[in-house]
Amino acid sequence: MTWDEMSPLLLEATGQTAQMVVWSTLFTVLFGLPLGIALVVTDRGGLLPSPVLNRVLGLVVNLGRSLPFIVLMIAVIPLTRLIVGTTIGTFAAVVPLTLGAAPFFARLVETALREVGRDTVQAAQAMGAGRGTIIGKVLLPEAMPGLVAGLTVTVVALISYSAMAGAIGGGGLGDLAIRYGYQRFETTLMVVTVVVLVVIVQLVQTLGDVVARRLARR
Amino acid sequence: MIDVSGLRKVYRDRGREVVALGGVDLRVREGEIFGVLGQSGAGKSTLLRCVNLLERPTEGTVSVAGQELTALREGELRRARQRIGMIHQHFALLSSRTVAGNVAFPLEVMGVGRAERARRVAELLELVGLADKAGAHPAQLSGGQKQRVGIARALAGNPSVLLSDEATSALDPATTQSILSLLRNLNRELGLTILLITHEMHVVKGICDSVAVMRDGLVEESGAIPELIARPGSRLAAELFPLPRPEAGNVTITFTGQADEPVVSEIVRKFDVDVNILGGVLEEVAGVSAGRLRVRLTGGEREAALDYLTERGLLVEVTP
Ligand SMILES: Nc1ncnc2c1ncn2[C@@H]1O[C@H](COP(=O)(O)OP(=O)(O)O)[C@@H](O)[C@H]1O
Ligand SMILES: [Mg+2]
Repeated sequence: MTWDEMSPLLLEATGQTAQMVVWSTLFTVLFGLPLGIALVVTDRGGLLPSPVLNRVLGLVVNLGRSLPFIVLMIAVIPLTRLIVGTTIGTFAAVVPLTLGAAPFFARLVETALREVGRDTVQAAQAMGAGRGTIIGKVLLPEAMPGLVAGLTVTVVALISYSAMAGAIGGGGLGDLAIRYGYQRFETTLMVVTVVVLVVIVQLVQTLGDVVARRLARR
Repeated sequence: MIDVSGLRKVYRDRGREVVALGGVDLRVREGEIFGVLGQSGAGKSTLLRCVNLLERPTEGTVSVAGQELTALREGELRRARQRIGMIHQHFALLSSRTVAGNVAFPLEVMGVGRAERARRVAELLELVGLADKAGAHPAQLSGGQKQRVGIARALAGNPSVLLSDEATSALDPATTQSILSLLRNLNRELGLTILLITHEMHVVKGICDSVAVMRDGLVEESGAIPELIARPGSRLAAELFPLPRPEAGNVTITFTGQADEPVVSEIVRKFDVDVNILGGVLEEVAGVSAGRLRVRLTGGEREAALDYLTERGLLVEVTP
């Protein structure tokens, strides 16, 4: 395959990957962040302890995390149809991607929030701050370096998950590598695809590291 | 200003019960600096955290500035807390905010507008001598500076009461001294009532007017320092004046404020006794000089000499 033949394929596939990753990242944060906060807040000694809710949330998160992505992807097909209207395509892939990544991200959020000292939280309580204020103005800003690091790990995981989404017609770089590189023995394309994936992951990781470090240095 | 009565706090720790406070009564008067002295594990932090109800007492009541906090609902309690400042051993500053941002935090909680907030923050930083550090982050400050930020933050709501949990325990001696004098000045200039807990006698010696000595969740003794010292068997005095264990017949004389009167030479002359000095300590506490002298008194009119000392207002204890 010549470069001229490859480049439109690569461009399209990169666009699809980007689309899947951006949208699923958005929804992952949308669901995973509150879930992570809830895990911390409802825990024993938390801002609003609720052992039952905490246990249930923990269970849900563990369930989501223990399912292999490829299995999850097939298992949620009915749900995908319900939400997106179709089970095939880039947007259809966003549903399993989000379901796979949100519990993962929630745990990382939980870990990051737990790093905030009890002392700091209690100081805010002693000043008369309510729960909302403590979450919004103490926990989240103080945990921001950890949250950014967690988000970075999550995006990298989503890039790798999205490669599997080719199996349900999601397209993207992974799909390209399998269809052309593996099935049609286009080794050059396969190598280029892998290089593009590595570069994207590297870029995301570096950006995440820089932001996290800058936040932590304060 | 602070009234604590019948305070009990029992922690349940994996099925086991830990009695952190076993029935504590405390009365802190307006405008004084009240120290709670005790070793680690005595229950000091628990007591302090019960005063602003960070910890719910198992039993007992707490009133601050005439308001019974233990009777308040959550919203009212939050408002009451805005008028009670607190500083912490490890400062508990927000690392994500600048110095000015940290001091602004309680003002945001109180709903103070942006312009008023900026004005107040500048004023508070001026008060603690950190006006030039407004834009710095806590990580760039020394321990003493961090505690100054903590103090400025605690004063944001114009509190009538300041609670201090080992505020100088993480600081070196010189910095400790500067923080203690800052607290003393705030106490004098703003009429701020301060309840501080510490395991260090020198903090009590340095700035406290009154003290409670705690042990195993109970207050062993409490009151104004000069009165406490003058009380027979005082634990505070025993710690303040570390003298070797007395032998039978030894006389221990404790004096507060009368350090410049020549009582020893007087009894030698008047009662013809021999005075053998075994040890002595002189201290400056709560603004008065106080001391303790351990002597052996022999010969002459020994009993009359002891009575004379008591009449002169000294505490005389004879070891049986
Ligand atoms: N949250 C808690 N759970 C269980 N036990 C506690 C808790 N906080 C304090 N304690 C216990 O209560 C006692 C008093 O602790 P504390 O008030 O911190 O003492 P101090 O401040 O004088 O060192 C200690 O025995 C401590 O182990
Ligand atoms: Mg303590």
